[in-house]
Amino acid sequence: MPASEDYGRLAGRVAFVTGAASGIGRTTALAFAREGAKVAVADIDQNGNQDTARMIEEVGGQALAVRCDVTRSEDVQAALAQTVEEFGHLDIAFNNAGAEQQPGPTADITEEEWDRIITVNLRGAFLCLKYEIPLLLERGGGAIVNTSSGAGIKVFGRGAAYAAAKHGVVGLTKDAALDYAAFNLRINAICPGIIDTEMMDRFTGGTPEGRDRVIAQEPIGRMGKPEEIADAVVWLCSDAASFVTGHALVADGGQTL
Amino acid sequence: MNPRYDFTGQVALVTGASSGMGLATAQAFAQAGAAVVLADINSDAVGTAAEEMSAAGHQVLSLTCDVSSEDQVAAMIDQTTATFGRLDMAFNNAGIMVPVTDAADEKAEQFDRVNLVNYRGVWASMKHELRQMRNQASGAIVNCSSLGGLVGNPGRAAYHGSKHGIIGLTKSAALEYAPRGIRINAVCPGTIETPMVADMIANNQLDASEAVANQPIGRLGRADEIAAAVLWLCSPGASLIIGVALPVDGGYTAR
Repeated sequence: MPASEDYGRLAGRVAFVTGAASGIGRTTALAFAREGAKVAVADIDQNGNQDTARMIEEVGGQALAVRCDVTRSEDVQAALAQTVEEFGHLDIAFNNAGAEQQPGPTADITEEEWDRIITVNLRGAFLCLKYEIPLLLERGGGAIVNTSSGAGIKVFGRGAAYAAAKHGVVGLTKDAALDYAAFNLRINAICPGIIDTEMMDRFTGGTPEGRDRVIAQEPIGRMGKPEEIADAVVWLCSDAASFVTGHALVADGGQTL
Repeated sequence: MNPRYDFTGQVALVTGASSGMGLATAQAFAQAGAAVVLADINSDAVGTAAEEMSAAGHQVLSLTCDVSSEDQVAAMIDQTTATFGRLDMAFNNAGIMVPVTDAADEKAEQFDRVNLVNYRGVWASMKHELRQMRNQASGAIVNCSSLGGLVGNPGRAAYHGSKHGIIGLTKSAALEYAPRGIRINAVCPGTIETPMVADMIANNQLDASEAVANQPIGRLGRADEIAAAVLWLCSPGASLIIGVALPVDGGYTAR
């Protein structure tokens, strides 16, 4: 189905997606466009942004590629300003940019690694929220989804920095949701399980053995697809979820049960 | 705008379908093209609801079923498959509220009744739905828990216990059936404008303005907002959603 401004769950909306140069972010940016939204594609990787934007345009959507390092306040502010300048307003944000930790026991995590993981995953989500919220309030409301993780509600060992950051995203999401629930601004989190992305390839080494090892944790017996996360994020951002706020929605094939 | 699902050729079952969230969900399934079985203990009300949907051109069957009777639940599933040949989606929604009680004074009869309907009713419904779905190796079930399945509330121990139980049933059965192609989740409605909540207000079991003040979102929910969640959970797009208890509560349980 071609993207269209008149048709779809997000017809006429403007969406901002971070971490949109690959994986879940790219797929969700495309899903937003297919549902009728104009999409600002933000990532530290501008070549990847441009590829995602081209994919959106190929299905008939409108996209803006904007380089954005979510750890830098001025980048986030500039990217959002460019989005509003290009598309007129903001209705939806998917704060998805993240980085995975080098697996290892807690005492072996370097201070630099801790800071990097917390800064990208947690401070990045906070900075995005901080500068998106005023734009959404100006618009009379909207919807935000933050990417947490299965590691945001359960722990797996050898990932304390990542678990702390992703648990932090859930706390940030819930508290922010309470602050703005009465202002028609809904804020939720998505907790993906094992999803077949480049990040997962880095984690598993991309080998059949590595992949099998993580698939063994999945009750459904396979990795999730980025499209399956995108559908959940689209649903959370759509009017169909108008009474859903402050929730960390787990989409993991039962991994954390 | 709500998503438009295409459930043409699929069969949906809704218990507690004569009013409120059950009726809204039955209507939403029908509008998405599914054949719908409406089951309720109130024969007249469910019959009327089904007639109206049938008159609107939908394929429906209305059944009388007291979900606290496993025999009646088994018969409900038999009639469903006898009529429509299969069962693809089920919303186990039938439930009751009981009067607020000091936990030290709660009558065993009241405890048993709320658990028979809310907890055992969902158990029996899920059990007999799974017997059909495991033969098909496909299906999606949504059990109706509540904000009462996630948090406590003074005076409502038995009700909240029954709704907490539903989440345990849901998660365990979800793990068991995930490898067999059947997805099981729960929805946890907050305070929704339904006949049940209207009764609670009329009987001084719930203060209307307090109820609204208790919602972070500043209003009560609508039955169609629950239907929207149930349909999404049953849709192919939710293929990775397994064993989730999804609050649809305006932020009530985020606190």
